[in-house]
Amino acid sequence: MTDPTPTTAAPVTGPDRAVPDAINPDAVGLGLEGDGIDLSSAEAVLGGDAERFRHDYLEVRGLHVEFDGFVAVDDVDLTVVQGDLRFLIGPNGAGKTTIVDAITGLAKASGSVQFGGTELLGRKVHKVARAGVGRTFQTASVFEELTVLQNLDIAAGAGRGPWELLRRRGGVPENVEAAMETIGLTHLRDVQAGILAHGQKQWLEIGMLLVQDARLLLLDEPVAGMSHAEREQTGLLLQRIGEQRTVVVVEHDMEFLRAFASSVTVLHMGSVLSEGTYAEVQADPRVQEVYLGTAGASRGARRTRPRAGAATSPATTSPAKPAPTTAPTTEA
Amino acid sequence: MSTLTGLLARPGRTRTLAGFALAAVLLFAVAPVVLSDFRLNLLAKFLCFAMVAVGIGLAWGRGGMLTLGQGVFFGLGAYIMAMHLKLADAGPGGVPDFMLLYGTGEVPGWWEPLRSAPVAILAIVLVPCALAAVLGFAVFTRRVRGAYFAILSQALAAAFAILLIGQQQVTGGTNGLNGFRSFFGYDLADPINKRMLFFIAAGVLLLMVALVRQLMVSRFGELLVAVRDQENRVRFLGYDPAVIKVVAYVVAAGMAAIGGALFVPIVGIISPADVGVVPSIGFLVGVAIGGRATLLGPVLGAIAVSWAQTSLSESFPSGWIYFQGALFIIVVAFLPGGLASLVGKLRRAPREPAAPKPGTAPPSAASPSATSPTGPTTTTAPDAPATSPVTATTGGHDD
Repeated sequence: MTDPTPTTAAPVTGPDRAVPDAINPDAVGLGLEGDGIDLSSAEAVLGGDAERFRHDYLEVRGLHVEFDGFVAVDDVDLTVVQGDLRFLIGPNGAGKTTIVDAITGLAKASGSVQFGGTELLGRKVHKVARAGVGRTFQTASVFEELTVLQNLDIAAGAGRGPWELLRRRGGVPENVEAAMETIGLTHLRDVQAGILAHGQKQWLEIGMLLVQDARLLLLDEPVAGMSHAEREQTGLLLQRIGEQRTVVVVEHDMEFLRAFASSVTVLHMGSVLSEGTYAEVQADPRVQEVYLGTAGASRGARRTRPRAGAATSPATTSPAKPAPTTAPTTEA
Repeated sequence: MSTLTGLLARPGRTRTLAGFALAAVLLFAVAPVVLSDFRLNLLAKFLCFAMVAVGIGLAWGRGGMLTLGQGVFFGLGAYIMAMHLKLADAGPGGVPDFMLLYGTGEVPGWWEPLRSAPVAILAIVLVPCALAAVLGFAVFTRRVRGAYFAILSQALAAAFAILLIGQQQVTGGTNGLNGFRSFFGYDLADPINKRMLFFIAAGVLLLMVALVRQLMVSRFGELLVAVRDQENRVRFLGYDPAVIKVVAYVVAAGMAAIGGALFVPIVGIISPADVGVVPSIGFLVGVAIGGRATLLGPVLGAIAVSWAQTSLSESFPSGWIYFQGALFIIVVAFLPGGLASLVGKLRRAPREPAAPKPGTAPPSAASPSATSPTGPTTTTAPDAPATSPVTATTGGHDD
């Protein structure tokens, strides 16, 4: 069986207070004038108690999803431990989102999905969420007619009793306040979420995961459509969350992946093709054949290129950094 | 003192209280003086429709449940009340007159408990609410929504009316139940008691508006809107949307039932024609025209539409139905938010050169919230107890 204790290099063993200091919040602004993500506030909403998450790990075994005879996911095994920041990549139709759907109860699946020792398959969607699993969607789905504050307050309130629900919200809950600071939307708290910019909506979704206190976070293309600066900030925030909790990110963006993934699972045609650090995956000839070759095609290269060509040229030309478990962008 | 400072600290609440006070003055002091007994009784009937409308505003406007079958709950409340009144008129152990005509001359067993007034009052609220809860859980947990839910609820209204017609010996059939002489011991022929019924209806309606307002501004109200717009997203946050929808649906059903129960002594008859598909849609028209997502839009819309129906039917007996249809189409096509959304638009653009009423809305009161306690200022019926002056009187000091 999998050892539930973290095996990655995430510094959960050291004093937790040391973690946020490693990242200089001033370096994060990147010209957004305090409008962006504020990592120093993340501490307040995440809490310093990493012990709580010590035994969290996602264990997917023999996952099988079928839609009317079409096998979308076939016999997938996946283990993500707490403190990991796992990226799921793969060509379109590889089954990335379907796996997230299966874990969260949206898609019917067979096999086994356990989180923290609790079987999730067969549970209703809201019961899966109650077990500490939160997710975001490819198209940012926030409650557009409600304000930023209302969105976060709802996300924070799944455990509220009937009397609390039937009363008007008195003040702003602490974790909601901290989450608003973290995602840089405090000054927009009374703005309807529908009129937020695209990137802000995605941050709001991440904020909702934070106040929901999800222990397993599944993010489906969280930086799609974001500017470069916004990606950097989002990546740092995800890394910060990943030090403490179990995070799985579905992403297409190779640059983002290289900068922030602590481990990568490559999917192809509904199965796991390769798994490991970015460097390991990158060196895997099968990945180069089916995935990076395809990614190269989307960047203008020919898909029919033989594998010899692909072996020396991964998706981008810049030299690959070693597996980035520390924040690689602070040097920028 | 503390309430006073509380009021000053919460201008929204001041305005709400002022609105309620104004509505109470209009209903309890002005209306009885201005209106003849006949008109007052008509207004009482419209208030019953407005009770149904308040509930629909919550379930449809905020919860997104297009309930085309509120006639079922209205009818259940009405028939339970009518059965009790018939039994009370017949006296202890007596048999209602129509049963002697059409039935076996014996009171069926399931009528018997309704001889007791407390049982009848409880049943008026509990039976429709229980039905709504059972139905709601069955439907919403299976994720039946949108048009499918609308069709289902309408089919239920049709079936209910057919059932009533088919059971003439116990329900009075197409004639319905009528000829009530007394209401919990009070003689219904006495104008004083008719007036009392109006006051009861007015008081109950105000209570319902207060209740729905609380639901709308509460966290539940926010959640309900969230469920309406993104049901799945709510699920992923750990809530069961079915429960939230059922609560709103049950509240709407209970309000429709109470409206139906008060309709019976006020109008003096309840028949399948009052509870079937057509009246069920009629309930909706007022809500849509008034503004379904607002608090007072449905109330004022329902009263205005009923009032217009009565006055227009007096002059053009066959023309009303076309007028109603046309009004409905115009509102749905050009003003999906109902007339109440006009108010919001006017308030949001108070400094526009073409703003028609510069005095009514202070610029600072421009609030995007649809829940603000202002109804349509320009409702079609001038007699409706429009609370729009509230903004004019209190708005200037607030904010």
